[in-house]
Amino acid sequence: MQRFIRVDLVASRAPPAAVGGPLGWMRRNLFSSLANGLTTLLILGLLAWALPIALRFLVLDAVWTGASGDACRPEVAGRPVGACWAFIADKINYLAYGSYPAAERWRPNLAVALLALAAGWMLWLGAPRRDLGALFAFVAFPVCAYLLLAGAPSLGLPSVATGLWGGFLVTMVVAVVGIVVSLPLGILLALGRRSTLPVVRVLSTAFIEFWRGVPLITVLFMANVMLPLFLPGDITVDRLLRPLVGIALFASAYMAEVVRGGLQTVPKGQQEAAAALGLSQAQSLRLVVLPQALKVALPGIVNTIIGLFKDTTLVSIVGISDFIRVLEASRADPRWSAATIPATAYAFAALVYFTVCFGMARYAGFIERRLAAGERR
Amino acid sequence: MLFCMAPALAQNGPAQGTLAQVKARGHLVCGVSGGVAGFSIPDSQGQWRGLDVDFCRALAAAIFDDPAKVRFIPQSSAARFTALQSGEIDVLSRNTTWTLSRDTAAMNFPVITFYDGQGFLVRKSLNIASVKQLDRATICLQQGTTTELNLADWFRTRGLTYKVVTFANSEQTLGAYESGRCDAYSTDKSSLYGERLKTAHPDEHVILDEAISKEPFAPGIRQGDDPWRDLVAWTHYAMIDAEEAGISQANVEEMRRSALSPDVKRILGLEGKYGEGLGLTTDWAYRIIRHVGNYGDSFERNVGAQTPLKIPRGLNALWNQGGLQYGPPIR
Ligand SMILES: N[C@@H](CCC(=O)N[C@@H](CS)C(=O)NCC(=O)O)C(=O)O
Repeated sequence: MQRFIRVDLVASRAPPAAVGGPLGWMRRNLFSSLANGLTTLLILGLLAWALPIALRFLVLDAVWTGASGDACRPEVAGRPVGACWAFIADKINYLAYGSYPAAERWRPNLAVALLALAAGWMLWLGAPRRDLGALFAFVAFPVCAYLLLAGAPSLGLPSVATGLWGGFLVTMVVAVVGIVVSLPLGILLALGRRSTLPVVRVLSTAFIEFWRGVPLITVLFMANVMLPLFLPGDITVDRLLRPLVGIALFASAYMAEVVRGGLQTVPKGQQEAAAALGLSQAQSLRLVVLPQALKVALPGIVNTIIGLFKDTTLVSIVGISDFIRVLEASRADPRWSAATIPATAYAFAALVYFTVCFGMARYAGFIERRLAAGERR
Repeated sequence: MLFCMAPALAQNGPAQGTLAQVKARGHLVCGVSGGVAGFSIPDSQGQWRGLDVDFCRALAAAIFDDPAKVRFIPQSSAARFTALQSGEIDVLSRNTTWTLSRDTAAMNFPVITFYDGQGFLVRKSLNIASVKQLDRATICLQQGTTTELNLADWFRTRGLTYKVVTFANSEQTLGAYESGRCDAYSTDKSSLYGERLKTAHPDEHVILDEAISKEPFAPGIRQGDDPWRDLVAWTHYAMIDAEEAGISQANVEEMRRSALSPDVKRILGLEGKYGEGLGLTTDWAYRIIRHVGNYGDSFERNVGAQTPLKIPRGLNALWNQGGLQYGPPIR
């Protein structure tokens, strides 16, 4: 009998080079059209031009050790000099802690460790007892951190005036307080603005619109310079606390609008369904509405948080020694006068801010992918 | 508008004198600039150093016998007076020029601690030797300073024109100058020494010799507190009288043991009870010299020939050495 069907398989062959393999990948992703091809070439050209310069400046020609600016002068070093990391090394304690007394610097360190614990517990989705974690992050941690940083003479921790705090420590304090306050407050305000009670609604709306309507610089300036003029002479509010409150309220207003955006995407039917199931108002909010709303709002929330982190540097205009301010003050040190000191200082600042912000962005990306796993939109 | 109101609102001030407040608080609060090399700048450990800083340390030494009992709060040029008025700081020690209008705006300037004048930083490549050649130049300077007004006067009286760009702090001003936005950077000469060293290539810039104004720096205090005013003035006088009498931080212990001249004995509190009139102990000046040094010690340590700044003593030499620093006698 004649057989028309082939029974043995044809040996598989590699795909043609034009579709498979690295060449095919490049063709599909980098050179799929003339315009894309040109863009690719342009970007490659830019990289080829910039990367070696950056590498040479930041690493190859960099000076890593030295006791003064002399080490970073080409005529002393006897070679071209790039970034002067010796300067950062010399100033690192000041950059990290400001004028926080050297003997007490274990306290900010411990506070940061606690922060890492709180953040890890809250952010790692598979962690045990995440309800305890939230309690720790939003209640226990702030109290402990405050006692550690400001001191509690009754507990044997000498008090450290906030005027001595500085550098990255202050940047972290401002950012963390801003985040820890603005998240819950922002959610409350967003709910308030959608409330059916007119008083709550009007007050929330007024609050949000007021804080969104004034520039942060004005808020800080009012808080720091004008407030003491209006208070009676014997009442003083801590100098760091004033901008802290200002920033926290300011961020809350923005956060509220982001959360409200999320709330508006939850169809009314969800709430009605929850009610039909016999869930109370609070339960439906906590179990049905908020989880969906926050999921949608997440990119906006992270956006606000990253913006907040970078905005903290504005406190320097009211005399708070934040990270950028101490970097500038370090740069004024005549012992460290050398050609590449300014560039080094700004490169370091960029590196630090980028690391923190990129870290937050990556984490948010991870959460988003996880939350979207059910939908793949 | 609020700013104009500030001096009027000002007298929130202490019902109690500043000295009593400072003693009760346990430390002095001192307004300084946020980073003028040699005058007030934090070192790598976050300790404030400089001539203006030393002045506050001397005050703290006189009051508490401890130069560490002082908190420094950096102030911008624009906000410094408000900070003083609002009671935020006890004394403003921040390269601040004593002028009539500032003096009458509810402030006092008890004593001149540093004699300076307004100068110009220019690029060497411009080949400028005198300020007159800056006709039609663009000049960078800092808001809320005497610099702005001096410049207007000087150029107007000479029929020269110029353009001015102002900034809120020295970083921005220097940044603008370096990036070529201005032909010259003008401020107090003493600050320019440090600013020049902050540029990427200090050798490419020069400070013109001329000074176009008088800038007498004085610590500022709130008006109407005479005991505090005395103390602030005499803290500086003690430092120059000590220098004149040859008492320095290095030899003060030795002098105290073997002092013969009545002058030295009075300064060191071995004779008379002069400190008590100031509300302090008799050894107040000894404390200052022991902890901070005399004026020359502080000058050399912070801005003198041994430092990168190398500011000449000039007008700030003692009166008997060709300068203007003259302390009334302690007696
Ligand atoms: N002596 C002048 C100028 C004082 C002044 O503010 N100088 C600037 C120019 S360098 C300064 O100290 N800036 C330091 C800062 O902004 O932190 C005045 O009293 O108005």
